[in-house]
Amino acid sequence: MIVLDVLTGLLLCAAAFFFVSGTVGLLRLPDIYSRLHALTKADNVGLGLTVVALMLQAESWSEVFKLVLIYAMVLSASATVCYLIGNEAHRRGQRPRRSGAN
Amino acid sequence: MLYLFDLVLLVVIVLLAWRSLNDADLFRGTVSFIALGLLIAVAWVRLRAPDVALAEAAVGSGLTGALILSALVRMRRRGRDAPRPNHAGGAIPRRLIGVLLLALFLCLCGAMLRLAQWPEGLTETALAELPASGVSNPVTAVLLNYRSYDTLLEVAVLLLAIVGVWSLRRAEWPGDVRESYPLLMPLLRIVLPTLVLAAAYVLWIGTSKPGGAFQGGALAGGAFVLMLLGGFGRRALRHRYRMRVALSCGLLVFIAASVGTMLLTGEILRYPAGFAGHWILAIEAAALISIACTLGLLYLGGRPEEAGDGTPVNRSVNGSKNGSMGR
Amino acid sequence: MSVLYTGAALVLLLTVVLGLVRVFRKPGSADSLLAVLLFGSTGVALLLVLGKGLGWSWTLDVALAFALLTAVLGVAFVLRGWPGDGTDVEDLRR
Repeated sequence: MIVLDVLTGLLLCAAAFFFVSGTVGLLRLPDIYSRLHALTKADNVGLGLTVVALMLQAESWSEVFKLVLIYAMVLSASATVCYLIGNEAHRRGQRPRRSGAN
Repeated sequence: MLYLFDLVLLVVIVLLAWRSLNDADLFRGTVSFIALGLLIAVAWVRLRAPDVALAEAAVGSGLTGALILSALVRMRRRGRDAPRPNHAGGAIPRRLIGVLLLALFLCLCGAMLRLAQWPEGLTETALAELPASGVSNPVTAVLLNYRSYDTLLEVAVLLLAIVGVWSLRRAEWPGDVRESYPLLMPLLRIVLPTLVLAAAYVLWIGTSKPGGAFQGGALAGGAFVLMLLGGFGRRALRHRYRMRVALSCGLLVFIAASVGTMLLTGEILRYPAGFAGHWILAIEAAALISIACTLGLLYLGGRPEEAGDGTPVNRSVNGSKNGSMGR
Repeated sequence: MSVLYTGAALVLLLTVVLGLVRVFRKPGSADSLLAVLLFGSTGVALLLVLGKGLGWSWTLDVALAFALLTAVLGVAFVLRGWPGDGTDVEDLRR
C-alpha cells in the first residue's frame, strides 16, 4: 500500500517538525508560561501526528487501541501537569514577561 | 542511520549519568536521573530486552525519580540540600578510585568480548524446556520456574526494605490538595483506573509476552503513589493489619507454594506437571500486590500510624478539614 | 520504510537532548519541571517510532507504561518538589 506509506511518511515528517518547534520554543521563549505553551501544545500535536501515522501502519486492532490509549493518557497528563505548573508558578509570584521592555 | 542513533544515545547516557551524580544542584541531578531512566529504557529497547525495558520505564524513570524527589524535599526542609562542593576525601584517593574503576571497566569489556566464544550458554536448554514450564515467555519461565528460588528471596528482600523503612520513622502525610487544584481529580479519575488495568494486563500477558509481576507491580505502585499524592488513602493505610497483610502476601504465598510443591511433588518449587502455569500466575498475582504496596509505602517514607495507639497524629502540611475522604 | 522510522527516532532523540540543554542552563529553576513534560510526550513518541522501526510490537506496552508513569511523576514533581523559592529572577531580567 504505497499510499499508506507515503501518508505515514508525511505525517511523521510533520510530527518531527512539531516536536522540533516545541523544543525550539522551549529554548527561545522568554518566560515559563510561554515555554509551557510551546512544550505542551506543539509536543502533543507532534505526538498525535505520530500516533495517527503509526495507526495507519498498525497490524492489528489491539495496536490501534493501545496507540489511542497512550495518546489519551499523555494528553490528559500533559494538560494537567501544564496547568499545575502554571498555577504554581503564578502562585509563587512569577509574572509573565511583558513585551516592550527592550 | 541506526548506528548514528546508537552513538548519540550512548554519549548522552554517559553524560547524563555523569551529571546525575556530579551536579552540585541536587534537583537538577534528579532531573538528569529521570532523563537517564528514559534513555536507558530506550537502550534496552535497542538491545531487544522487552521485559527489562518495561521494568526500566515503569520503575527506573518514574517511581525512582519520585522517590528521590521526595527524599530531596525532606532534605530541603531540614536545610541540608545546599549545593555542596564535590571535593570530599581529597584528590589522591579519588584518583586512585578512578584508576581502579577504569581497570574494572576494562576487565568487564574483556569479559564481554570473551563471551562471544560461548554464544549459546543455557539458551537452548531453557528454550527446549519452555513448553513444560507452564508459560511461553522465557523470561517469566526463568524467573518463576527455573530460578524461582531466587525470585522468592528477591521478594523477601523487598519486604525487608519496607520493614527497614518502617523501623526508621513515621510517615509524613502529604496534605490534601484537592481543593487547591481542581484539575487534579479529573486526572486521577482518568489515570488511576488505567494504571490498575494496565497492571493487571501486564501481569496477565507476562506468561506469553513481555511483562510479569514486577512490571505490573511497578504500574500498580505508581497508582498507589498517585493516590497518595491526591490525598487519598490515609484512613485505609492506618488500619492495623491491612497494609501488613498486603505487604507480606507475596512472600507468604511464595512460601506456601514452596511448601505445597514440596508436599505434592517432593521437591521444593517443582510445580505439578500440567499445572505449572496456574501456580506461577497465583504466585505472580500475590507478588504484584506486595510489590505495589511496597513501592507506594516506600514513597510515603515511613510507618503509617495505627489508629488508636495513643501517639499524636502527624499534622499534614496543608491540614485536612474534616478528615480525609480516604477509603 | 524503516529508514523513515529510524530517522524520526534520531530527530526525536536530538529533540530530547536539546530540551535537556535548556533544563541545565541554570540551577534550581522551574524549567526542570518542564523537562518532565518534555519526556512525557517526546519520550513516548521516541519509544513508539523506534519500536515500529525495529519491527516489534512490545514497545507499545513500554510506551504505555512510560506514559502512565510520567503522569505520576509530573504530579509528584509539581505538588511536592517545586525547586527553589519560586522566583526565577533570571527569567524576569531577560
